[in-house]
Amino acid sequence: MRKIKEFIIEKMILLCGLAAIFFVGLIFLFLLKEGLAVFKMVGPFDFLFGKSWYPISEPPKLGILPLIMGSLLVTLGAAIISIPIGVGCAVYIAEIAPGKTKEILKAGIELLAAIPSVVLGFIGMVTLVPLVKNLFHLPTGLTALSGSIMLAFMAMPTIVSIAEDALYSIPRNYKEGAFALGATHWQTIWRVLLPAASSGILAAVMLGIGRVIGETMAVMMITGNAAVLPQSILVPIRTLTATVAAEMGEAVVGSEHYFALFAIGIVLFIISFIINVTADLFLHKKQ
Amino acid sequence: MKRNPHLTQKIAFFLLLLATLLIVVPVGLIVVIIIQKGLPAMNWQFLTDIPRQGMRAGGIFPAIVGTAYLVGGAIIFALPIGLLAAIYLSEYSKENILSRIIKLAIINLSGVPSVVYGLFGLALFVVFFKFGASILSGALTLGIMILPIIITSSREALESVPDSFREVSLSLGASKWQTIRHIVLPNAIPGILTGTILGLGRAAGETAPILFTVAAFYLPQLPGSIFDQAMALPYHLYVISTQVPNVDEKIRYGTALVLVLLVLFMNLMAIIIRSKLRKNKKW
Amino acid sequence: MVTFSVKDLNIWFGTTQALKDVSLDVRTHEILSVIGPSNSGKTTFLRTLNRLNALHLHLKMKGAVLFENKDIFKIDLELLRRKVGMVFALPLPLPLSIFDNVAFGIRMQGIKDKKRLAASVEEALKEAHIWSEVKDRLNESAFKLSGGQQQRLCIARTLAVKPEVILFDEPCSGLDPISTARVEETMVKIKQKYTIVLVTNNVKQAARVGDRTAFFLNGTLIELDSTHKIFTTPSDTRTNDYIVGKFG
Repeated sequence: MRKIKEFIIEKMILLCGLAAIFFVGLIFLFLLKEGLAVFKMVGPFDFLFGKSWYPISEPPKLGILPLIMGSLLVTLGAAIISIPIGVGCAVYIAEIAPGKTKEILKAGIELLAAIPSVVLGFIGMVTLVPLVKNLFHLPTGLTALSGSIMLAFMAMPTIVSIAEDALYSIPRNYKEGAFALGATHWQTIWRVLLPAASSGILAAVMLGIGRVIGETMAVMMITGNAAVLPQSILVPIRTLTATVAAEMGEAVVGSEHYFALFAIGIVLFIISFIINVTADLFLHKKQ
Repeated sequence: MKRNPHLTQKIAFFLLLLATLLIVVPVGLIVVIIIQKGLPAMNWQFLTDIPRQGMRAGGIFPAIVGTAYLVGGAIIFALPIGLLAAIYLSEYSKENILSRIIKLAIINLSGVPSVVYGLFGLALFVVFFKFGASILSGALTLGIMILPIIITSSREALESVPDSFREVSLSLGASKWQTIRHIVLPNAIPGILTGTILGLGRAAGETAPILFTVAAFYLPQLPGSIFDQAMALPYHLYVISTQVPNVDEKIRYGTALVLVLLVLFMNLMAIIIRSKLRKNKKW
Repeated sequence: MVTFSVKDLNIWFGTTQALKDVSLDVRTHEILSVIGPSNSGKTTFLRTLNRLNALHLHLKMKGAVLFENKDIFKIDLELLRRKVGMVFALPLPLPLSIFDNVAFGIRMQGIKDKKRLAASVEEALKEAHIWSEVKDRLNESAFKLSGGQQQRLCIARTLAVKPEVILFDEPCSGLDPISTARVEETMVKIKQKYTIVLVTNNVKQAARVGDRTAFFLNGTLIELDSTHKIFTTPSDTRTNDYIVGKFG
């Protein structure tokens, strides 16, 4: 009797062990199911590189290049801001901050990770957006730049915590060896620790960027949502994620617009898949 | 000119400190601003009344209740599956290609953009299973989204139970499942709880996954069943800050404050449990 | 009478061979001491007897181990482990009360009757000579006991399952001489009822308590004979060298 019960339990455990694979497969399957239909109306090339996104005009124009460029632009901006600051903060926490300060800083970073993105978007709207508007004398502060700054901020917890882990896991004797040769603390960090942790830091950066590309609410609230090819970083843009979030509510189930938004979902899924697998390879290379 | 290494170090460390402050100071500011500007809105009526006058007055009670339903539903779905999956990874799986794929799948699941979860929930639960935009669809979508958080933290908690406990239990004639049930799980509960609460916090704060699966724009009443639409705090904040003009700032900040407090409270609980666990560790 | 019969046992962990062609018998109601330097395979040998090695990934095994003339891989695993108890190198109380530690094995057999549990726990604690020290604090955490008490609690926990064989894996390695003496005393006293295999790093301990002694080196059984013979006129010079402390 007990043996039968345990047999059943162990089978259930195995089944649930496979749940993650099942759900990843299911997500991809349903994105494909709803999204591939769009390619009956527009070729994959025209979809990805079409310059106009007018999903509700007649006939609809379903080119997502403006959205891809919008996502790329804010992501690039966010990366330029967040990588040096994030890695710098990780080095400070891992190497320089004394015990108590270190714990407080880590708690602060965790706090940032916990704040919902819609709240950050709201705060960005009332603080950052007017600031950008006044600073650059723009007609609106809802720009790619505002989005980049906000997203950089949101990528920080990922970058800092993973990069700090990477620095922390370097064997002590690397550091001691450098000190023994008379290197200053900074020389040790710059010449020994950072190179030794490079693959972990790279993974941190990639995952941070993954977070940025996938971020939806904050970016939708502060980038102005203009689906045109961006000419500068000081104009409103629209990202892939924001397009889906903003338009799916109005798209009719089974319409071309609906299929196109799912096709954007496929693009986002594939991007995040590539980023996560590559980052994981970097993290495993370290060990 | 020869560079002075000590001067270089001073400059470098100053810049590193600056980078740190650039992150931490805004975090502090955000929390302070929300508390300062949201506190005046805080009163019993705000928390317990339905929204009135097109959300320009009244309270946020339906949104609080909606979020509670969603979070509760998500955890009912995700905890059993996540825990069993963690048990599989920690106690049963061997270092082989299958466990490698499972781990990769978990990483991917946690990396999928939240809006893609929204699309998935729409396609599977709302359209395919015909649950419609409902609490059920939203809770299941959120449940799948927090699954990786629960698996990862539960697995860490299970793996931190020393192997020697398992060996002792087995050597006394306990079966593998008895060992897990009576020795491993009880000692991993604080860690599992921590992960569960973090998952709850994440589910409470997410907007994109519930946009098309459950969220009601303006529904000044409480949901009657799990097949009803519902308001939810994060979506409500989005709506009143971008979609509805002329909403009193107090109400916006007040809603943000409630949401932040809710999420921070859960994180604080998790931190407290975690530190208690470290203190009481018997091995 | 023979309790364990080991024939041509070979064990590999991955590519490293831990045991090479080991053949020996464990006789009923004897104390068999197993000595040898670290990494000589003695613990691996011991953990084969209750199949605890099988937890190790990448384990490969060849040869036969018979328990009461039955292949240990054909006996129900939980039954084998109930009949072949084990006391580990370090005192390893479970994070439970003293009572629950001792009752653990019996409870896992599905016994819930409180009186019966209490009786078995008392009997086991008495047999392990620790009853008088713990009888008033049975509900306290087992971690509150001293190291020596913990180890005797672990012996009681093993006895409570009523095994036929007890495997001791360097049971005194973490204990002071007085606690060691008490554990050894317990071992000798329970010998009438149980077959004991004692793996030890302490050559003197083997000499004190063992009926027979086996000497392992690099995964090979060098020689096995009466303790008296091993310690006075060993037939292999390596045995002699180890006993007098030339290596190990």
